[in-house]
Amino acid sequence: MAHATISGAPAHGGQGSVPPGHHVQGGHDEHHDHESLKTFGFWMFLITDCILFGTLFATYLVLRFNTSGGPTAEELFQMPIIIAETFILLTSSFTSGLAVLEMKKGNKKGLIGWLAVTAALGAAFIALEVSEFVHLVHEGATISTSAFLSAFFTLVGTHGLHVTVGLVWMIALMIQLAQRGITPVTDRKVTIISLYWHFLDVVWIFVFSLVYLLGVM
Amino acid sequence: MLNDLKDFLLNDFFVTGDPLILGSQVAIALSIVAIVFVLTYFKKWKWLWTEWLTTVDHKRIGIMYIIASLLMLFRGGVDALLMRVQLAAPQLEFLHADHYNQIFTTHGVIMILFMAMPLMFGLFNIVLPLQIGARDVAYPFLNALSFWLFFWGAMLFNVSFVIGGSPDTGWLAYPPLSGLQLSPGVGQDFYIWGIQISGIGSLATGINFVATILKMRAPGMKLMDMPMFAWSVLASCVTIMFAFPILTVTLFLLFLDRYLGAHFFTLDAGGNPMMYINLIWMWGHPEVYIVILPAFGIFSEVVSTFARKKLFGYKSMVFALMSISVASFFTWAHHFFTMGSGANVNAFFAITTMIIAIPTGVKVFNWLFTMFRGRITFSTPMLWTIAFIPCFVIGGMTGVLLSVAPADFQFHNSYFLIAHFHQVLIGGVVFGYFAGLYYWWPKLFGFKLHEGLGKWAFWFWNIGFYVCFMPQYVLGLMGMTRRFNEYDFDMGWQPLNIVSTVGAFLMGIAFIFQVWQIAHSIKFLKKEKTGDAWDGRTLEWSIPSPPPVYNFARLPQVSGRDPWWEEKQRIARGEQPSPLPPLEPIHMPKNSGIPFIMSFFWFVAGFGFVWDWKWMIIPGLAGVVICMLIRSFSYDTDYYISVEEIERTEAKLRGAY
Ligand code: HEM
Ligand SMILES: [Cu+2]
Repeated sequence: MAHATISGAPAHGGQGSVPPGHHVQGGHDEHHDHESLKTFGFWMFLITDCILFGTLFATYLVLRFNTSGGPTAEELFQMPIIIAETFILLTSSFTSGLAVLEMKKGNKKGLIGWLAVTAALGAAFIALEVSEFVHLVHEGATISTSAFLSAFFTLVGTHGLHVTVGLVWMIALMIQLAQRGITPVTDRKVTIISLYWHFLDVVWIFVFSLVYLLGVM
Repeated sequence: MLNDLKDFLLNDFFVTGDPLILGSQVAIALSIVAIVFVLTYFKKWKWLWTEWLTTVDHKRIGIMYIIASLLMLFRGGVDALLMRVQLAAPQLEFLHADHYNQIFTTHGVIMILFMAMPLMFGLFNIVLPLQIGARDVAYPFLNALSFWLFFWGAMLFNVSFVIGGSPDTGWLAYPPLSGLQLSPGVGQDFYIWGIQISGIGSLATGINFVATILKMRAPGMKLMDMPMFAWSVLASCVTIMFAFPILTVTLFLLFLDRYLGAHFFTLDAGGNPMMYINLIWMWGHPEVYIVILPAFGIFSEVVSTFARKKLFGYKSMVFALMSISVASFFTWAHHFFTMGSGANVNAFFAITTMIIAIPTGVKVFNWLFTMFRGRITFSTPMLWTIAFIPCFVIGGMTGVLLSVAPADFQFHNSYFLIAHFHQVLIGGVVFGYFAGLYYWWPKLFGFKLHEGLGKWAFWFWNIGFYVCFMPQYVLGLMGMTRRFNEYDFDMGWQPLNIVSTVGAFLMGIAFIFQVWQIAHSIKFLKKEKTGDAWDGRTLEWSIPSPPPVYNFARLPQVSGRDPWWEEKQRIARGEQPSPLPPLEPIHMPKNSGIPFIMSFFWFVAGFGFVWDWKWMIIPGLAGVVICMLIRSFSYDTDYYISVEEIERTEAKLRGAY
């Protein structure tokens, strides 16, 4: 019985043989592997987030004419503010790219500086969005006015919530960078947040075209 | 003031007035006291915390999943028996309509989300890293977080039974019934938050295992060398990644409807309940494949191990798994053929549904061909596998009958459907996971479960199953619809219903046998010393049982399928095992209390949302955020195991043989 032979073999005593053939060790530059593994995981998270937004977009598109006698998109959206928001967010994506470039150069000050600019732009975007929402509510357009507005606030609000989360995270990351400088770990964290930030930008472009442009057309 | 509080506690907060529930309240209170007492008396709190609650070891997390899911199987099973008692005779006054509604809802939710899913995740956790020769999952911390999210989500769902009242709108909670107007109580909110919190955990598990499979395989192991179970985990987890975000959104929208007065699914202000039904089934249908695919993987492993043969048709098996997981997204509308989508839409979904039968058939033939001319050993895992085949074939055929859109107008929501889906869920999923549990149990704990008692359990489950569900097909054709709590004498349904109830109790007895079996095997512990309890083929059998924290002292170098079997064959032929490279320190993650605490804060926030208590929501959510920040700021999250320690551990584990 093959089985018994093997089990009985001294091979298993600790310094004999271990199953199948050769053995490869991770060794000490495992650290790099771990960091790239995390970036990979983040990509997968983004896939799931795409589906989350996709579902919200689909919901919005299905419900967007169900205004049930309430205000319509055309009556509500103030394009100048939206265009400003768009502009600010696109710029912040660009500055987050600059932050990564500074990081690649090993320039910690530049990195933190550009992250700060990015965060400030992000905060400005959120401020504008909040003021837009406040304005809508004053006009009597709330989440409970109609299915259209429920879908609108939920979709745009979810994007805004993502940006807010990104802001908190970015601030936490700037503190860590100040404390620890650029290490493989902080490098990975900056890479991930800039990925996230670009992603939110792309989602916004869809919001801009499918919600606002389509709405006022 | 005090009177108000008392009023609230007795009228709204605690569920009162039902003797069954009162009994459970007392039982729950007593068991909590008992647990606290035992832990304190034996001074086990610290042990519990450091060894279990904070662990990031995938094997321990797997064990916790399995314990939790078996408890949930018990609860869901008691629910089932209560329903079957109520249905045994016409006009029985055992469960009132309200109570019955709550029970079929909690039974469905618990069985699928809090029993089948965690049992599956338990097996993933325990087996998958070992099978692909990895030291851990890709993200151990996230893995612990997933478990605790599941756990606290399940707790939130379960407390509704004694606090506030259970949901009663069916396991998928269709609006407008589940909307605020028709379900003003808190039960529905418990449903939303319980599932939402654990659902986020499931999503994270999906990501984690896809990454583990794609990135953590042992050196040399190509995708096409992976054991079939690993493929099935991949198929299931990819499906999770695409399906669960839809569930998250759907529940979130329902929450907004109920909490902020939004109008997604209401009947007024432009809401559209049909949209919920589409969304929930876009998750719900893939969900049934999420739970069944791993069972297919398990059967493949078990069949080839116990027939001592290579799996027949490996490539077609992989192809079948992956194509089922894709196709499952194109069939959701077969759940509402009767809701007026029109003939073309129905035809489309009828055809896509029937197409899934093809890859499934391929798999069944592959298993049969693997067994053909094999030297089959009839141990418990193999028994479950063999029993599964006819069961699943019948279930599959009735499924194809249901997928014929015009016929579904007849079967829709009848007991025919109930019989069908229990046949695939019990005969496929539960039998499959049992097979897996029996198969990998010795790997996990280092001893086999008592075979004799296991066979008793097996026969009771199987006979009970047919006695319970076969009559239900007939009842369905006789016109008995689902979710009835009462019927009249003149319907002529009584005899078959009595038979069905008897069958349910036979399965209950089977469960008792299993509990007995576990207790017995622990008491008369016979250590299984080889690490290779069944003369297995895949890598998990090449290491000691139970495996050390780091799993593999040296990562195995793999070439080809069934690497451990091949190695054993080589040694049997007298070839020299290749010399060993030196040991090196192993990098491991440190334990962390954050997953437990953070998930607990989710529970707190969820409970606050259920009752709309801002004073509870805010600290709950704040706790979650603070936990995340603490984690983000902690850099000292892993450590190295020294070579000496590995040597010591290995000598101790392997010294025995
Ligand atoms: C162990 C034996 C089981 C018995 C005797 C049993 C019995 C029942 C009964 C009597 C109903 C209610 C039918 C009705 O009146 O509408 C039901 C519903 C259901 N069961 Fe089971 N069940 C069992 C196991 C399972 C398992 C293992 C699963 C899933 C993995 C499951 C999933 C469901 C679902 C989803 C429903 C539908 C609930 C609803 O209508 O909302 N059951 N079962
Ligand atoms: Cu389906």
